Amino acid sequence: MSRPTPLSNRIEHWLPRLVLAPSLLVVLVAVYLFICWTGWISLSSSMIVPKYDFVGLNQYVRLWSTPRWHTAVFNLFVFSTLFLALTTGLGLLMAILLDQKIRVEGTLRAIFLYPMALSFIVTGTAWKWILNPALGVQKVINELGWTSFVFDWIAQPTFAIYCVVIAAVWQSTGFAMAIFLAGLRGIDNSVIKAAQIEGASLPRIYRTIVVPMLRPAFLSVIVLLSYIAIKSFDLILALTNTGPGSATEMPSTFMYSATFRRDQMGVGAASAMMMLMTVAAIIVPYLYSELKESRDGH
Amino acid sequence: MSTLEIDRARKLYGELEVLKEVSISIGTGDFLVLLGPSGCGKSTLLNMIAGLEEISGGEIRIAGKVVNDLSPKDRDIAMVFQSYALYPTMTVRQNIEFGMKIRGVPQAERDKAVKTAADLLQMTHLLNRKPSQLSGGQRQRVAMGRAIVRQPKLFLFDEPLSNLDAKLRVDMRTEIKRLHARLGTTIVYVTHDQIEAMTLATRVAVMKDGVVQHLDDPQSVYDRPANVYVAKFVGSPSMNIIPAKLEVKEGRAVAVIDIPGAAPTELAGIPVSSQAAAKYAGRRVLVGIRPELFSLAGAQSAQKLSVNIDVVEPTGPDTLALFQAGGVEVTARVPPRAVAARTPATLAVDTAKIVLFDAETEQRID
Amino acid sequence: MATNAASLATSSTPLATNARSFRRQHRIGRAVIYGSLFFMAAFYLMPLWVMITTSVKHLDEIYAGSFIGLPQQISFDAWRTAWSEACNGTACKGLKPYFINSLLLTIPAVIMSTGIGAINGYVITKWRFPGSNVIFGLLLFGCFLPFQAVILPMAQTLGILGLAGSLPGLVLVHTVYGIAFTTLFFRNYFVSIPDELVRAAKIDGAGFIRIFVSIMLPAALPIIVVSCIWQFTQIWNDYLFGASFTAGENAPITVALNNIVNVSMGRKEYNVDMAAAMIAALPTLFVYVVAGRYFVRGLTAGAVKG
Repeated sequence: MSRPTPLSNRIEHWLPRLVLAPSLLVVLVAVYLFICWTGWISLSSSMIVPKYDFVGLNQYVRLWSTPRWHTAVFNLFVFSTLFLALTTGLGLLMAILLDQKIRVEGTLRAIFLYPMALSFIVTGTAWKWILNPALGVQKVINELGWTSFVFDWIAQPTFAIYCVVIAAVWQSTGFAMAIFLAGLRGIDNSVIKAAQIEGASLPRIYRTIVVPMLRPAFLSVIVLLSYIAIKSFDLILALTNTGPGSATEMPSTFMYSATFRRDQMGVGAASAMMMLMTVAAIIVPYLYSELKESRDGH
Repeated sequence: MSTLEIDRARKLYGELEVLKEVSISIGTGDFLVLLGPSGCGKSTLLNMIAGLEEISGGEIRIAGKVVNDLSPKDRDIAMVFQSYALYPTMTVRQNIEFGMKIRGVPQAERDKAVKTAADLLQMTHLLNRKPSQLSGGQRQRVAMGRAIVRQPKLFLFDEPLSNLDAKLRVDMRTEIKRLHARLGTTIVYVTHDQIEAMTLATRVAVMKDGVVQHLDDPQSVYDRPANVYVAKFVGSPSMNIIPAKLEVKEGRAVAVIDIPGAAPTELAGIPVSSQAAAKYAGRRVLVGIRPELFSLAGAQSAQKLSVNIDVVEPTGPDTLALFQAGGVEVTARVPPRAVAARTPATLAVDTAKIVLFDAETEQRID
Repeated sequence: MATNAASLATSSTPLATNARSFRRQHRIGRAVIYGSLFFMAAFYLMPLWVMITTSVKHLDEIYAGSFIGLPQQISFDAWRTAWSEACNGTACKGLKPYFINSLLLTIPAVIMSTGIGAINGYVITKWRFPGSNVIFGLLLFGCFLPFQAVILPMAQTLGILGLAGSLPGLVLVHTVYGIAFTTLFFRNYFVSIPDELVRAAKIDGAGFIRIFVSIMLPAALPIIVVSCIWQFTQIWNDYLFGASFTAGENAPITVALNNIVNVSMGRKEYNVDMAAAMIAALPTLFVYVVAGRYFVRGLTAGAVKG
């Protein structure tokens, strides 16, 4: 193309890229450059302020020899497993029940979903009060006559993490339900009718036909819930404040306190990088497959 | 004057060449139909004429002016899209006058143009509705109205009828034809429907794999297709392509066709030049026979085929009879109740309208 | 139905008994379904109920009576305390100043991130150029960034920009990290608008900006609502950025709430805690009640095909 093009045409040609450029630049800096920056700090000897030297993997070694970090990783494992299993299971159950032509579906859906509109800080505050052994659920049941009933998990180092699970499940089930319900609504009804004519019972139809068809919804739910689990921070702070002791420490809270409270910036950065790698290991393949599928679909 | 000349136009997507030196030229008032299956490059070519796709090579001239580097708005064209592409948040009136507004046409003139177009397309009562409140046919009308008010040198239609149901499609087809007769504007029309091409066009360009296979008036394309591909694409049921052997007897071409369970049948009176006949004598060729060239043989019939009818498919006005000949299934269009399935029949063939093709290149033999 | 069943039953053919037992089974099934749903609904509503009732009870009643029952006397003292008197460790001005902080930071951040997302989505879907898909992929990862990985450099950068500890700094942070989600929203929405619309507008003579303003934006109203609600909820509810990048006076409401709840002086005022939590929750709850449909769309957008 050697012919000169009019100026207005050339502006029109470059305008879209010009418009997108600032966002791209900002994201490149604020996401990708910052990640590298954190990565660098994790390889330096930074304590209170960042120092840009190089000490190899020392901070990672220190991180992995910190018992608190071990607790955090263990807690994350316990928490994620239970949180994922319960939220997915309950969410699926709710979605299936709601899909049975329920009269007050809209209201019930709204009730299951409203916790998602709340801040984790609010959720934590409320549940801290409910789980309070002296005045909360335990007391109610004791006063109902079951005087030996004990529900003081929030004060027990071994069980406090399960309190976090309860509150987190309460907050996030609606989200799983919404995605499953959308998936169920996308299934062609004639499949279910065909199976009914074959004489299959409803539970069986769901188990063998419908639920397997929800595979994409499962993938989305599990990936997104994992992400919520790994970054959960505010809920723990508000509910248990990582206590009793450091029994409910999680990687996110560990990172925060190492960096801002205990002046171990290098260790904090190393823990942040560990979190990032975990998230990336889950999210990147997911995004890749989603994008690839949508390209094939067009 | 609004001619269109496409001169060796090429389109490349990276290494992929989707249009290979396409040359088409039409005169003022012509109705050019670009006909072909999806992926043949017809829509790409239309978009290049419109200025929505860049031209990788060659030239496109509208009214004698090279438009390669002009943006769509400067090409003096209007376009009707397959999905109608009505602006969803604007009323019909706003849709129609959007372009004029951008060009800064004064309100009074805009109102007049909208009124003229609305009268022409009988949609005055729809002017204040939103596209979502219109039926498919009405949307189609609005899209045409939007194109008409531009008074362009060139109308472009991109499969405008393919989103309509069968009945409406026929009605709108007639309407487009009437519109063309009334306005006399040059039109380029893309479709994969050969009936639309036949009914609307003054010129048809049959395309395949980015190459124009045949460019001519519709009747010529139908009667003397340039190659087997065009022969099969145009016409429904499509032209029968029967393998046969060409022989020359008394200086005239004779096609010898194998009939199962009978002696090979000779068809004489095929219109080919004596040079071609001599060249292909003794070789395999493909004989193209339109279904309607068959009829029930009478005493006078000179060229006949005696065959066994396998299946009959009544269509109402006539019946399609299917039989085996030359190793392929052949369809004949015969009068209703003329033949029955699983019975023998003798069919006359109007051999003067037979077309011969080279068995290898599949190009027409003249 | 019932009379039909009875008349059928008199003939007492096997078919009729089958139909009857089928119907009974069906009725039991429905009862189980409704039962479980209402039980779960009660569980999901319980914390809200407890928060509201506790917030209007007297402290004495809380320490003496049951925590789940109706209040004997409704009093809004705790709400007043939470709003204008509660202490958060540094000052005793209640949540009010922090509520205002959150409004001041949320509104501009929502508007900016939605605006930027709209134009990004428009470019990525309707003005594709080589590499635009890669750019989208790069942006998309930002939706799932664990913010811990960027907190340290962000704190440094805000310091360099002179925005450390300030509300404008927090607005900037929320806008920047909101772009990923808003772009995703608009991209997924605009992808479903036919490209032919843009082509038609080009032939009508409209350019890049005109097409965006006159055609795409008016058509994008639903997704603008979705994006605004999502961003509002996210930013209002954020704690990590607020705690990391602001201090004292400039803290957002979530930080203030957490501080109020964790201050322990004398007898714990649970009613004030709950009132404070309700105050912090009300704006997002209000948006949820008013525009729940759009909220759900935003929520599921991350799971919808990209």
